Amino acid sequence: MNAIVIDRLTKVYRSSWFGRAPMPALDGLSLSVQQGEIYGFLGPNGSGKTTTLKILMGLMQATSGGAEILGKPLGDVQVLHRIGFLPESPYFYEYLTAEEFLTFYGHLAGLERAVLGWKITQLLDLVGLAEARTRQLRKFSKGMLQRIGLAQALIHDPDLIVLDEPMSGLDPVGRKQVRDLILSLRDQGKTVFFSTHIIPDVEMICDRVAIVVKGKLLAEGRVDELVNPGHAQSVEVVCEGIKAGEVAAIAAVATRVLQRGEHSLVVLPGPEQVEPVLSAIRTQGGKLVSVAPQKGSLEELFMKQTGATPTGAGWPATVGGSSE
Amino acid sequence: MRRITVIALNTFRENLRDKILYNLLFFALLLMGGSVLLADLTIMEHRRIVTDMGLATMNLVGVIIAAFVGIGLVGKEIERRTVYTILARPITRTQFIIGKYLGLVLTLLVNVTVMLAVFIVTLWMYRTPFHAALFQAVGLIFIELLLVTAIALFFSTFSTTTLSAIMTLGFYVIGHLTTDLKGLGENSQNAAVQSVVTWLYYLCPNLDVLNVKGQASANGIVDMSYVAVASMYGLLYAALLLTAACAVFRHRDF
Repeated sequence: MNAIVIDRLTKVYRSSWFGRAPMPALDGLSLSVQQGEIYGFLGPNGSGKTTTLKILMGLMQATSGGAEILGKPLGDVQVLHRIGFLPESPYFYEYLTAEEFLTFYGHLAGLERAVLGWKITQLLDLVGLAEARTRQLRKFSKGMLQRIGLAQALIHDPDLIVLDEPMSGLDPVGRKQVRDLILSLRDQGKTVFFSTHIIPDVEMICDRVAIVVKGKLLAEGRVDELVNPGHAQSVEVVCEGIKAGEVAAIAAVATRVLQRGEHSLVVLPGPEQVEPVLSAIRTQGGKLVSVAPQKGSLEELFMKQTGATPTGAGWPATVGGSSE
Repeated sequence: MRRITVIALNTFRENLRDKILYNLLFFALLLMGGSVLLADLTIMEHRRIVTDMGLATMNLVGVIIAAFVGIGLVGKEIERRTVYTILARPITRTQFIIGKYLGLVLTLLVNVTVMLAVFIVTLWMYRTPFHAALFQAVGLIFIELLLVTAIALFFSTFSTTTLSAIMTLGFYVIGHLTTDLKGLGENSQNAAVQSVVTWLYYLCPNLDVLNVKGQASANGIVDMSYVAVASMYGLLYAALLLTAACAVFRHRDF
């Protein structure tokens, strides 16, 4: 059964009084999220992720198309009893303490004070804020706000958790904690639908992903299905002892050569080019360090779908077979 | 109803923790205390000066709170995006608006009560008897505050904070000049001026109806039927504005 079904959702921001043209944000977006899965909603900034989430949460009206959440149409207030939501870079009432804040959201969700007492303790422990129980939110760091935001989304034990960029603003430890939390929610049978542009997070924890660009769905499916499992898409050869300018033969067959001092990283389009490159290295008197077949990554797929070009981190990149 | 109460109590708590409110209240108490000094320095009737200043201060400070806190009631929630997580709860937008309104009404009630208590103490110190007319004036001031809050809330559902402030204060000023406006329209030879002035006359609330401060300071009890009709007028107008605010807010995108 599907937790979320989005059907040809379109949103066009109306033109302003000052003559700005109407701006399309979503263009016939359709996707479905199954119950009990972690679904990553991936896209670059301005691709329509937040707009989609706002429409699902009833904060915005779609221009056309529709959606169902937990079997109910958009606008059904009662279904919100079963949904937890954390917006992007959340702002909360900073004059409240963590305990008052969770009590407020618990009351809004219809929870009784007796239940709230232990629920708040449990949640503050879960998000690592037990020490900050009586501290006002104005004294919270960005990471702490993100975590208390997660706690408010979970206070009423929802079946579906919708998170907009839940890892933004978190340090590596905080990001791992959030990832672990999302995984534990899935283990409890809950559905998690979250948007992000941090690809490793998606690769690590998502059952399925969607890539959306300019309001259109470009790809949807399991991560391993999307990136062609078992097929080496490229080969990385690392060697040393070859100077820049001596690698013409290598550069001719490589898609990219990255040079740092005497170390060279050669990216080949496929396994067929390995043998000619190895002979070229031997001929030049170089020393082979490693040959590593590379499987396709979600990042490559994302870059391909969004039309962006990957660059090698830390290496002066030379693209297109020439070297420095 | 429970969710409206939760929103209202949270709004009340937010106001209580806002330092500006205490500054305004302190300013009000200072003005009331100052009226005693002023009364000593003048040759006019002391009791009347203390009464006039007390009622005027209550009115002024109340309107400042109603207008400026009222504008922020919804405006701040939208600007700071706190509204996102609240409306993602099982609460309707109408419940949210009414809850915010009632929260500020509760704040105003507490403020007016504190100011009234200080006012009574001031009058007592001056051995001035307080009578029903004073309570009638304070009662109608409170109705006016309910109306100003509704005006501010209405504008803040679709406009920026600055524009809402300008429009609310504009409505307030025109609301106290409607009788003059009517006269202006009747005396004008220009058809366009007549038309605009007539529209403004019917559109803006007549806040002077709620002003019996003059009678109160002269110890003149106002007819209770007048107070009842004036109160009904103010409450009905506020209810209409609240309904309009809810209708606008229901269709707003965030």
